[in-house]
Amino acid sequence: MTRMRPTFRRLVASTAAAGMLVLAGCSAPTNPDGSSDGTTLVVATSDEPDALNPVLNYGVDGAALIFDGLVSRDGDNRLVPGLAATLPTVSADGRTVTAKLRDGVLFHDGTALTAQDVVFTYQAVLDPKVDSTLRSDLDMVESVTAPDQATVVFRLRHPYAPFLQRLTLGIVPSKLLSGQDVNTAGFNRKPVGTGPYAVESWTPGDRLVLTANERYFAGRPANNRVVVAFVADDNVRAQRMRAGEFDAAELPPKLAAAFDEDTTYRVQRVPTADYRGVMLPAGNPVLADPAVRRALSLAVDRSAMVSGILGGAGEPAFGPIPPTSEFVDPSVVGAPTADATAAAALLDAAGWKPGPGGVRARDGRPARFTLMYPAGDTLRKDLALAVTADAKKIGIEVTPAGLTWDAIDPRMKSDALLMGYGTPYDPDFVSYKLFGSTFAGQGYFNPGSYRSEVVDRALQNGRDQIDPALRKAAYAQFQQQLAADVPWLFLTYLRHTYVLKSSVRGVTPRVEAHEHGVANSIWWNIDTWTRS
Amino acid sequence: MTRSGRLAGAGAVVRRRLLVAVPVLAATSIGMFALGAASPVDPAKQYAGAAAFTATEENLAQIRANWGVDDPLPVQYLRWIGNLVQGDLGWSTSRHEPVASVLAARAGWTLLLIGVSLALVLAASLLLGALAAYRRGGLFDRALRTAAYAVQSMPVFWLGLAAIAVFALALGWLPAGGLTDVTATSTSWGDVAHHLILPVGVLAVSQAPWFVLFVRDAVAESMRDDHVLAARARGLPGRTVLFGHALRTALLPFLTLVGTHLPELVGGAVLVETVFSLPGLGAVTVAAAMGSDFPLLAAITLVTTAVVLAANLATDLAYAAADPRVRLDG
Repeated sequence: MTRMRPTFRRLVASTAAAGMLVLAGCSAPTNPDGSSDGTTLVVATSDEPDALNPVLNYGVDGAALIFDGLVSRDGDNRLVPGLAATLPTVSADGRTVTAKLRDGVLFHDGTALTAQDVVFTYQAVLDPKVDSTLRSDLDMVESVTAPDQATVVFRLRHPYAPFLQRLTLGIVPSKLLSGQDVNTAGFNRKPVGTGPYAVESWTPGDRLVLTANERYFAGRPANNRVVVAFVADDNVRAQRMRAGEFDAAELPPKLAAAFDEDTTYRVQRVPTADYRGVMLPAGNPVLADPAVRRALSLAVDRSAMVSGILGGAGEPAFGPIPPTSEFVDPSVVGAPTADATAAAALLDAAGWKPGPGGVRARDGRPARFTLMYPAGDTLRKDLALAVTADAKKIGIEVTPAGLTWDAIDPRMKSDALLMGYGTPYDPDFVSYKLFGSTFAGQGYFNPGSYRSEVVDRALQNGRDQIDPALRKAAYAQFQQQLAADVPWLFLTYLRHTYVLKSSVRGVTPRVEAHEHGVANSIWWNIDTWTRS
Repeated sequence: MTRSGRLAGAGAVVRRRLLVAVPVLAATSIGMFALGAASPVDPAKQYAGAAAFTATEENLAQIRANWGVDDPLPVQYLRWIGNLVQGDLGWSTSRHEPVASVLAARAGWTLLLIGVSLALVLAASLLLGALAAYRRGGLFDRALRTAAYAVQSMPVFWLGLAAIAVFALALGWLPAGGLTDVTATSTSWGDVAHHLILPVGVLAVSQAPWFVLFVRDAVAESMRDDHVLAARARGLPGRTVLFGHALRTALLPFLTLVGTHLPELVGGAVLVETVFSLPGLGAVTVAAAMGSDFPLLAAITLVTTAVVLAANLATDLAYAAADPRVRLDG
């Protein structure tokens, strides 16, 4: 009996000791902002890459911090030479693209960049054994060769006007990867590039530590280290930003707004090409009527969505080409507020008469349809509910349905869907497949089977023509035809919201694509950032 | 009877349990793959992320073929088992790295979090529960029970955010998250310990009420047992009666219940890891489930099952050590 007593006495003693340790931990001086020396910058994002390899889709649109492409983009998203000495040249037939490499560029491990590295990178993307989704974007490449150490020649299957926009892909050193399985190479965890920063360490789920590349061809970064903290939860990221741990963090609009009043922080709302809209399928008997689609476009209150749902961090959308693009056609811009009277008049004229329960009907068919949205996406849910409420005012009954993508996929031909897309770089990139009739009903490419000869011809011209003026005319026609046909109900462009410490200098936001994380965020030029 | 005598049959029990563990683990992993067959999620689309909307079906099909995820389920399972016996846990499609390295990098932190929290909960609940029971209905007892019920009703997630708001933002004593200082150049134990105080504290506090209330009730019950009353009547000091007689009797059912409560602790750890942005198994488990990453899910399930089996075994051995009436070699 007495044997147990010392055990418990020890237990009590060790508990007390543990308590003392905890107290000691509490009273130890803490310095959450260890970055105050001004040479380390800390940024936080939710979006952690699963491999740091451009071939495996890391930072393919450039600004990849660790890597450089043949070309890169400036603050206005204009192409400028990257690893290429000058912008690559395109032959008269549009099918041969030649890039001359910059002299004296070194990888982080000290080896020199050669044309062979470029060839290896692109061939790896095109290799079916490699798990790269970028292959779909480079399907026009027939071959890539290196006639000498400093020249790369791309041969295309067909002329492709925006091809140079695809050359932002980061270049990897062939020496470290050739002969290996690119999918499983250790390189993907500890990569070597030519970029402004080299990887010091990467703890998945925690942080990525980068150190300045002393020999960066465009000049050594203005700071010594960059830490990218991966914090998946929005609330947690906001609290750690508030605790002073980060110099910059991406936050949802409503959480970012809480920092507006505080002068130690600055909130940046960066324009994007990322739009949200409702895909209206041609296979739906109600939505097949252009009058219904046009009435819906008149009835939705886009400015209320921007101010209410997006907390002001957005713009009304009227087409798939963002207002910041040089290809935008201002004539398609409509009224940001709802015009229920005009919408009702359209429906009346088309024979949709008010029926029982306030729902219009024509030939015994009630004006109702289902609007699907991905269940986990609260923004799309809010937008779907707003569309439902606006449609009700003009006698159209919408049934919102939150579903998983697997449940959505088979229904896209006949049920409306809240979708999001957008890239600021070239109007061809997404729209060619999204609105071209050859892609009708092919998965997420043109799921609603929209068919218009005018749009098909305009999209093809935009891709074939090298002359910027001709391209601009083609895309103007494309936008006007979409505005007339309304195959999509464009709702809003989003703004990405970031909170930064006021002391950070050198921040120059540029129009962002949908995808942004370690690469291509507001910190696209973090190598020029300093702290005052 | 000596202690070694009590644990005499331990070796046989361990061997027997190991034999049972094999079919249990096999059944768990088959169940994992069967669940996978029922899931409509396409791992290639999950892997592609936003690029799934711009990638061609041919492109995605090639990736699926590279992974062999379109093969019939029995084929996938046999391949997985074949690799497993060779020590290869397979390829995680959601993290795009070997499952073994995902586990190696993360399991340690989760086990550390759970282990330290459990030790803290056990020590604190035995001490506090016994003290509360000693003066049942007294001020300390009432305060402890009120606190326990209050904490019990708080979601772990909320408790974590509240702890950050108080200790990291308002008082500035402790870091708000992460495993190390975000600018640290290396992973030092002191730094990690400093960062684990809040998560361990929150997990322990959130799990403690159940244990504290149990100990308190059990000890209060045994305070009325004959042998405890007899000890008091003999004039033994209160401390000896409480810890030597009453708590000891109450401890027996408690040990078994610790084993059964372990899964709840694991669930709490997943949430705590999310709130404090710790690179444990929590976040990858969720990602693996969302992305139909069966090799990773199967491995995590196997590890968790093995830990629970081991915990049950340890509980039974502890039971035998604590109760002379229980014999392992019986």
